[in-house]
Amino acid sequence: MSVAERETVDLATTPLRELNQRLHDLAGDAHGPRRWRITNPNGTHAVACGLDAELEVEIDGHVGYYCAGMNKTAIVRVHGNAGPGVAENMMSGRVEIDGDASQYAGATAHGGLLVVHGNTSSRCGISMKGVDICVRGDIGHLSAFMAQTGRLLVCGDAGEALGDSMYEARIYVRGEVAGLGADCIEKEMRPKHLADVAELIEQAGFDGVRPEEFRRYGSARQLYTFKIDNAGAY
Amino acid sequence: MCGIVGLFAKSPEIERDLGRHVAAMLGQMSDRGPDSAGVAIYREPVAAGFSKLVLQHPDLAHDWESLAADLGRMFGGEPSLERRGNHAVLVVAAEAAETEPFVRAHHPEVRVMSAGSVIEIYKETGRPEAFIEQFALAELSGTHALGHTRMATESKVTTEGSHPFSTGLDLCLVHNGSLSNHGPLRRLLQRRGIEFQSLNDTEVAAGYLTWRMREGADLRTAMEGCLEDLDGFYTFAVGSAEGFAVLRDPIACKPAVMAENDDWVAMASEYRAIAVLPGASTARSWEPSPATVYAWERERVA
Amino acid sequence: MTAWMEAALAAGWRPGEPDPALRESYLYDRTVIAEIQRAAREGIYDIRGFGAKRKLPHFDDLLFLGASMSRYPLEGYRERCDTTVTLGARFAKRPLELKIPVTIAGMSFGALSGPAKEALGRGASEVGTCTTTGDGGMTPEERGHSTQLVYQLLPSRYGMNPDDLRKADAIEVVVGQGAKPGGGGMLLGHKISDRVAKMRDLPKGIDQRSACRHPDWTGPDDLEIKIGELREITDWQKPIFVKVGAARPYYDVQLAVKAGADVVVVDGMQGGTAATQDVFIEHVGIPTLAAVRQAVDALQELDMHRTVQLVVSGGIRTGADVAKALALGADAVSIGVAAMIALGDNAPEHEQGYRKLGSAAGFYDDWQAGRDPAGISTQEPELAALFDPIAGGHRLANYLRVLTLECQTLARANGKSHVHNLDADDLVALTIEAAAMARVPLAGTDWIPGPGAF
Repeated sequence: MSVAERETVDLATTPLRELNQRLHDLAGDAHGPRRWRITNPNGTHAVACGLDAELEVEIDGHVGYYCAGMNKTAIVRVHGNAGPGVAENMMSGRVEIDGDASQYAGATAHGGLLVVHGNTSSRCGISMKGVDICVRGDIGHLSAFMAQTGRLLVCGDAGEALGDSMYEARIYVRGEVAGLGADCIEKEMRPKHLADVAELIEQAGFDGVRPEEFRRYGSARQLYTFKIDNAGAY
Repeated sequence: MCGIVGLFAKSPEIERDLGRHVAAMLGQMSDRGPDSAGVAIYREPVAAGFSKLVLQHPDLAHDWESLAADLGRMFGGEPSLERRGNHAVLVVAAEAAETEPFVRAHHPEVRVMSAGSVIEIYKETGRPEAFIEQFALAELSGTHALGHTRMATESKVTTEGSHPFSTGLDLCLVHNGSLSNHGPLRRLLQRRGIEFQSLNDTEVAAGYLTWRMREGADLRTAMEGCLEDLDGFYTFAVGSAEGFAVLRDPIACKPAVMAENDDWVAMASEYRAIAVLPGASTARSWEPSPATVYAWERERVA
Repeated sequence: MTAWMEAALAAGWRPGEPDPALRESYLYDRTVIAEIQRAAREGIYDIRGFGAKRKLPHFDDLLFLGASMSRYPLEGYRERCDTTVTLGARFAKRPLELKIPVTIAGMSFGALSGPAKEALGRGASEVGTCTTTGDGGMTPEERGHSTQLVYQLLPSRYGMNPDDLRKADAIEVVVGQGAKPGGGGMLLGHKISDRVAKMRDLPKGIDQRSACRHPDWTGPDDLEIKIGELREITDWQKPIFVKVGAARPYYDVQLAVKAGADVVVVDGMQGGTAATQDVFIEHVGIPTLAAVRQAVDALQELDMHRTVQLVVSGGIRTGADVAKALALGADAVSIGVAAMIALGDNAPEHEQGYRKLGSAAGFYDDWQAGRDPAGISTQEPELAALFDPIAGGHRLANYLRVLTLECQTLARANGKSHVHNLDADDLVALTIEAAAMARVPLAGTDWIPGPGAF
């Protein structure tokens, strides 16, 4: 599709409320442009949040907090960096960040795919509930904290306390893990996990990484019911 | 809670327009800090043997001339006097170690905002936009500056409760977060001779740094001491004559973004405060790691 | 039959009056002894439901003055005493319009059974007020049966989704609750049924561990940005509430206002819970009486009283409690434990069931165990089926009507044509603590204890 076929909104001159309302008005069977370009975000918060239609939104620049928060079915691509909470609580769709993402990337998200081509800072995938998150670079400390379900793929390194108190989510890391959180252990990579990683790499469109290079981490399941011997972990 | 900003000039153009850029950064942080605003700007170093004091009095029509004359009688020469809002900048022909205590002892009617050879601290209650205008921040130039917008958590909204806090000569601190052990720490520092003007948790952190450095620690060591002795959530930015330093606590929940290009190094609570700087969209940006002191000093950048 | 009783009977003790020559310790009474020995047996803190059970300064320590030669009452029925409340007019396009100043507090599906949640919806809707979801998300039954529904955003974010956000009538950001300010939600394995597990994305039958802070913001400055996002997602239609447990309500209310809240909910330490540590319930947080005064002071200092509404909860039991909370400056109150009791919790008709669990009607607080014979705080289908949501809904509606009528009675007696016109000047205190906490003079005097008052 050529650039001319995108509805363009310049956040330097258009109020955010107007942009988000126009995007929300396209929910359901509403008529209107499906492809959008947003310019000059300049760190604005809550850009393209709450989308609920099969839209394609390109954002030229850096966004602030909660870009594409609670996204449903839409495809959002940020040609820049994203602030805290990008794609938080996403339900479905795809959010892609060309640069880095700040804290809480993909926090509590239930579905869809979040791709970060750069690095994320702390708490990537915190409390994730079914989303797939793929990071080409590194992730910060306390990532996948209390991660319930979903998959986190990290091509670079992971910071301290990875997967602390996690439930059934799956974590795949290719680089170094600075430290594991409470009840998180390394697990065996079996054929179905290699297939998992292959699928995630392909969906994310990452080059230069192979499934065999990844290690798997998950819950040791020792904190699922209280046992006196584990009192120290609380 | 709050917004903090920091800007360190690497080029003459940024130095010349420093105040204007810091004002734009502060403006972006007023949502998260509506109660008061403040700036510490490093500019116009005084000659050796001189000191610069920034004093405040709530009354705009305060008789600063008499105070300046008093300082002249005590220390010789004719102290220069510049008014900025309800603050006054005085340059006196003696070291700050003498002039500051003199003012505190003989002029308790005014507040000492900063003392040193290059620092100027301005701070006041009210919305940041009003502060910027009141102090004509945009016309100032300087080498580096820290700014702060305040949302008071557990202490009153007052001038003395605003940031930046002066921790010592040419030193200042701004803080985003909330300390949980500031009560006992304040009492301990008071017993060690540090005085406090407010019940603000940030003032305790500032007092802590002053105390550590008085006991011989350098700035970096004193800041690393925060990791041991302060409890709570914090992003700190500390200014000194040479530059500034940034530290986040180990849990690192409070935000911090840094960016750098050939012309400047900047720090802010939110990216949109950095976005207003020239060349921001192509600057390298990153987030400081927790429990790590980052420092920039003028000697290192030619 | 508790373990204590079995052992005592075997050793020759018989139920009845203890020998008067025996002297019980105040510090180590039988309750404390039982708890120490339970801890020694089980190696884990006691987890229970209900709220603080110990005696605390409360609304009972305040009295209304009523009418006299200088102040004239209103006639019942003919001379109107309005009870309507609007919550959330500060920013929202569609504030909540309630017919009575009493709402139903957040209680989760998971903590409560499906029929119990349905009954809450039915009862509240019958009298024109709202219910609140809890730490588990919104069920279709609750949305179906509540004409007005407040949707909670909690640290766990279980079940959170934008469709439910858009279906809600208001959104409540939960920073904390009175029973455990600083603690997260808790649900033990026995109550994590298939349905609950699915709603919360957890494995079935495990003990749910809880986050105590929100995952994507910390502090009122970042909360302001989060509230901004919620408003953007819902096109600024719905009021945003911020709920705090009563810790430092003076600061917390000011910060909630600065962060952009339309309504602040302050839950005193007497507030109930379905499950948390007994130490948390009994030893953290300040009493509701003290919290209301601080919260109202905070709003008045910001000139936001009545612009940002205040909802108070934690031990609201009677129309007198409602009226006194309003007189101290609240816009509305919220009930949790009282609503459960109105539904039938701890009713004498379940005595047999409670005895089998080692408890008794009027004492039962093991709501975390999920074996409630009343079918309210359980997920077991056979027990939940014993609870009739239609009858339960009627009982709740009756109770809410009585709360409102009692409040109106007191308001009329003080000459008020709207319950919001009740004022702290209409109150006196019976104890020094209540006088100091509520800043109301001791009856018959004009003395309010406080700084400089001695």
